[in-house]
Amino acid sequence: MTTQKIIRLQVEDRVAIITLDTPGEKVNKLNEPLIDEFSKILDQIESNSEIDGAVLISGKEENFIAGADINMFKTRETAEELEELSRTGQKILARIEKNSIPFIAAIHGSCMGGGTELALACHYRIVSDHNSTKIGLPEVKLGLLPGMGGTQRLPRLIGIQKALKYMLTGKNMYSYQAGKTGFANEVVHPHALETAGKKAVKNLNERYIQNPDKRSFAEKLLEGNPVGRKVIFSQARKRTKSQSKGNYPAPLRIIDSVEYGYKEGREKGYSYESKAFGELAVTAESRALVQLFFGMTAAKKNPWEEKKTDVKKIAVLGAGLMGAGITEVSIEQGYHVWLKDQDIESALKGASEIEKNLNKKVKKRILSEFERDSKLSLIHATGDYDGFEQIDVVIEAVFENLELKRKIVDEVENQSDEKTIIASNTSSLPISDIAAKAKRPENIIGMHYFSPVQKMPLLEIIKTKKTAERAIATAYDIGVRQGKTVIVVNDGPGFYTSRIIAPYMNEALLLLEEGAAIEQIDRVIKQAGFPVGPIALLDEVGIDVAAHVAGVLSDLFKKRGAKTSNKASKLVEAGYKGRKNRKGFYNYEEDKKKKKGINKEIYSFFGGAERKSFKDREIHQRMLMIMLNEAVLCLQDGILESPTDGDLGAVLGLGFPPFLGGPFRYIDREGAEIVADRLDSLEADYGVRFRTADLLADKAENNEKFHT
Amino acid sequence: MMKNRTQEKEVVFIDGARTPFLRAQTEFKTCTVYDLGRYVVSGLINATKLEGSHIDHVYYGNVIQDVNTHNIAREIALAGGLHGSIPATTVSMACISSNIALTMATEAITTGSIESAVVGGVDVMSDIPIRFRKPFRQKLLETQRYKKPTDWLKFFKGLRPSDLLPEIPSISEFSTGDTMGKSCDKMVAKYGVSREEQDAYALKSHHRAHEATEKGMLNEEIVPVPLKNGKSIIKVDNGIRGDSTQKKLSTLSPAFIKPHGTVTAGNASFLTDGASAGLVMEKQRALDLGYKPKAVIRHFAFVAQRPGDELLIGPAFAVPKVLDAMKLKIDDIDVFEFHEAFAGQMLTVLKALDSNDFAKKRLQRNKKIGKIPEEKLNKWGGSLSIGHPFAATGMRLVTTAANRLIREDGRFALIAACAAGGQGHAMIIERYQG
Repeated sequence: MTTQKIIRLQVEDRVAIITLDTPGEKVNKLNEPLIDEFSKILDQIESNSEIDGAVLISGKEENFIAGADINMFKTRETAEELEELSRTGQKILARIEKNSIPFIAAIHGSCMGGGTELALACHYRIVSDHNSTKIGLPEVKLGLLPGMGGTQRLPRLIGIQKALKYMLTGKNMYSYQAGKTGFANEVVHPHALETAGKKAVKNLNERYIQNPDKRSFAEKLLEGNPVGRKVIFSQARKRTKSQSKGNYPAPLRIIDSVEYGYKEGREKGYSYESKAFGELAVTAESRALVQLFFGMTAAKKNPWEEKKTDVKKIAVLGAGLMGAGITEVSIEQGYHVWLKDQDIESALKGASEIEKNLNKKVKKRILSEFERDSKLSLIHATGDYDGFEQIDVVIEAVFENLELKRKIVDEVENQSDEKTIIASNTSSLPISDIAAKAKRPENIIGMHYFSPVQKMPLLEIIKTKKTAERAIATAYDIGVRQGKTVIVVNDGPGFYTSRIIAPYMNEALLLLEEGAAIEQIDRVIKQAGFPVGPIALLDEVGIDVAAHVAGVLSDLFKKRGAKTSNKASKLVEAGYKGRKNRKGFYNYEEDKKKKKGINKEIYSFFGGAERKSFKDREIHQRMLMIMLNEAVLCLQDGILESPTDGDLGAVLGLGFPPFLGGPFRYIDREGAEIVADRLDSLEADYGVRFRTADLLADKAENNEKFHT
Repeated sequence: MMKNRTQEKEVVFIDGARTPFLRAQTEFKTCTVYDLGRYVVSGLINATKLEGSHIDHVYYGNVIQDVNTHNIAREIALAGGLHGSIPATTVSMACISSNIALTMATEAITTGSIESAVVGGVDVMSDIPIRFRKPFRQKLLETQRYKKPTDWLKFFKGLRPSDLLPEIPSISEFSTGDTMGKSCDKMVAKYGVSREEQDAYALKSHHRAHEATEKGMLNEEIVPVPLKNGKSIIKVDNGIRGDSTQKKLSTLSPAFIKPHGTVTAGNASFLTDGASAGLVMEKQRALDLGYKPKAVIRHFAFVAQRPGDELLIGPAFAVPKVLDAMKLKIDDIDVFEFHEAFAGQMLTVLKALDSNDFAKKRLQRNKKIGKIPEEKLNKWGGSLSIGHPFAATGMRLVTTAANRLIREDGRFALIAACAAGGQGHAMIIERYQG
């Protein structure tokens, strides 16, 4: 039959098999050519009375549709244009939904955004039970809402509360949940999809088949009447507001759109959805999130791809929290990992922490017990360097001490092959210092992971002037495989991330010294969109760690004449380490899990229990501006190679508010001149540490942006 | 393998590993054969820095088999960190199961059909399959064909209450019904091995194993196993009684033939949980890939007698075969590692080898093989003290023998073991000179 560019159409037993298979791509994306072809296919099917139904399936290995092609948003400037885009999509889906013959979505692999909405418009959904199959509406993560009917169809299929959960978080639904929520009419094995699809066509033509209602009794009761729904929506709004601090417009619009549809009916709901989509797509928040997304996508490509060496065996030195975390993300990718600590007992303790984490996944049915066992077998706990000449990459995650790290480098160099790459997971010590006495400094590189490694999406790679491209390429490859977004920066005290967080932490401590209250500082910063306040963060990472980082960077800041707080090291001397020893700025319960209010005793280090109120804006500006300025200095000093790396590093590594897009994107948005002006006035009030970076002053003067 | 076929490829033993051997119903009681097997394979990879793609086949021994994992070799290979494309075979030959695993691999390598293999064996005596009796099993299977509820009325027809009792397997000969211990007791009586001799031998085994453990000699072969989320880490064997005395042993009553038998719980090997694994390769390939072999597999033999009152005497027949094949004498052997099923069985074998009468009558040769020097035999303890998880023992013997050759600067090691069914095995390995 007809062979088109993206879509293949084949009729078997009076059923049209529509195979989506974008040539030359790993995944299918919804874009204009695809929609165009699809509408032509619909014409053909509708005019052919020999066809009883259609099965939509993908020709890709582990993908149905990866979502809308975000490049479509780039070419559209105004809300109206984007609203129109949404309407076009809605129209074609309406053609499917209202078609006289049944349409079946047969889903295997990732099915995201527009793909999910297409499936929702079909009359029947079959989902493969493969672990690559995941369904989601992640639009919210880009500051958008599902704009092709998702806000109307999903709640009607799986229930309002469940639909809101998926749309507001953007989280994935795996095949097990797809069956349980009622998203899928059937869950079958991947090779049965087409047969099951054809059978479904036959069944749907023979009799009316209602979608399964898998809602609980309580859900039905609450969702089935206007009063109950009102409660649901108002609760959802309340939760959303408290979580987003009003920084993200998209989640509220999602709730609005669902509610509107229930009040005014579907047709008006679609209309509302399109309008909201257009409006959201042009918000600064969405633009920033989309830019970040582009940055992350681009970072998946290894710029040194050809130079990388094949890695099979990794060794991780130090089985503490970081070492175990690095091991866990490595075995997930099938690497054999030699987890070494001073003795095998300590190494095995680290391995057991990983076992606990994998057990949680087994409980959630993400892993089978057998898969867990197979992964755990890839960890080889050891107390010695036997056979290290066979190891491709050694990542050390030992205590942050220069002498110790140098000793480790020496030991590993003596035990390993001349090709073995030695990576340091230091958070602040310059790599060239660690490599100072190395025999093969070209093999030495920094791989700065963030805690908890399993969750934090960033890997900051640090190269020295001597680091070989082979080492960078290989470290980059490992990072990408581990699912990390990788940035590569140049060496220096604190590299990029620790260097910009240090003055920010310092400012928080200075504010405390000046009499600010812990809760006010943390509240203001959380309000600004950071996931935790700086004081709580000090407790989390450890006051000792913070003091260490401050120590490493102190020369740099002192040279500039910046005022630095020495309170962190004073606190460490007094035994305050934060959450880990339940002695910090906050009180902690026995199990270290929960915070229990402010530890007022600690104020004795900051001039007594009497606190005064600061203007929120003052705290906000001082904290944010000092960080922005330091980021620009990193670019100016050549630590950073691009503003995009700076944005990714700050957002993914430090929790810089994503809706601001990162330090550089934010400066561009506000205008370099305005930021420079604010810094000038802060300098006048608080001293030279706020001196505007030359590069920023240049940009302000020439009215330029960092991102072009 | 009886001829010295020099044109054939040489098979080298790279290294071996085992879990600690634990008395049944102690810490490993929560484990299955699958668990211990995957721990030890992962441990072997750890020790050898083995790369999965270097392996062509897995041969793995198991005696007490679990229905859920009927080809246990495959599950262990998959879950143990080996590549999914490596075929795996479970083999069973009672107490010499991992020996047959090793020799199968050796033969496949010498003939060139594979170049390398992971071999070993596992048994968990804490977890034996307890079954329903045959009549009840039959009934249960019949119910699958029941169509209507009233069919269930037939269920109890012809079923006696005793049929509902579970059937617990015992370690006895299927053909004769005798337990191992009983057979051994008969054999020692026939060969005139006294209770005192047996107790003294068992005591020596425990003391030697204790000393070897204290000196860390066994660390090289043991893979520590973390249990209960790392709360306990098992690093040593727990059946070794370093504080045992001849006097204490003499107070135990006979365990199998009462009252005048001589085999007691103290001079017999105990029920044990454990697993072992080893890596063998074609020599040139091993060297090309950068492995450091410990030993070369030279010759081996399997023998069998009809089960009777000499059930466990196999080594006395197998040892002469391998010595003759290599034109070696007892004096040429530096390291002896024999499986100690029972002290009495060991002593019988040693007596037989040192007896002209036995040589003439049973081996059709003029002269005895000779006396095996005590100081070269099972220097680091044996199955009596370390334990005997059936299928795991053979690989332990080979690994220990190879490690001893290196420590003691020897050249040849002789490994021998008896097995249920009247079977036996012997093998000679030579230290690798790199």
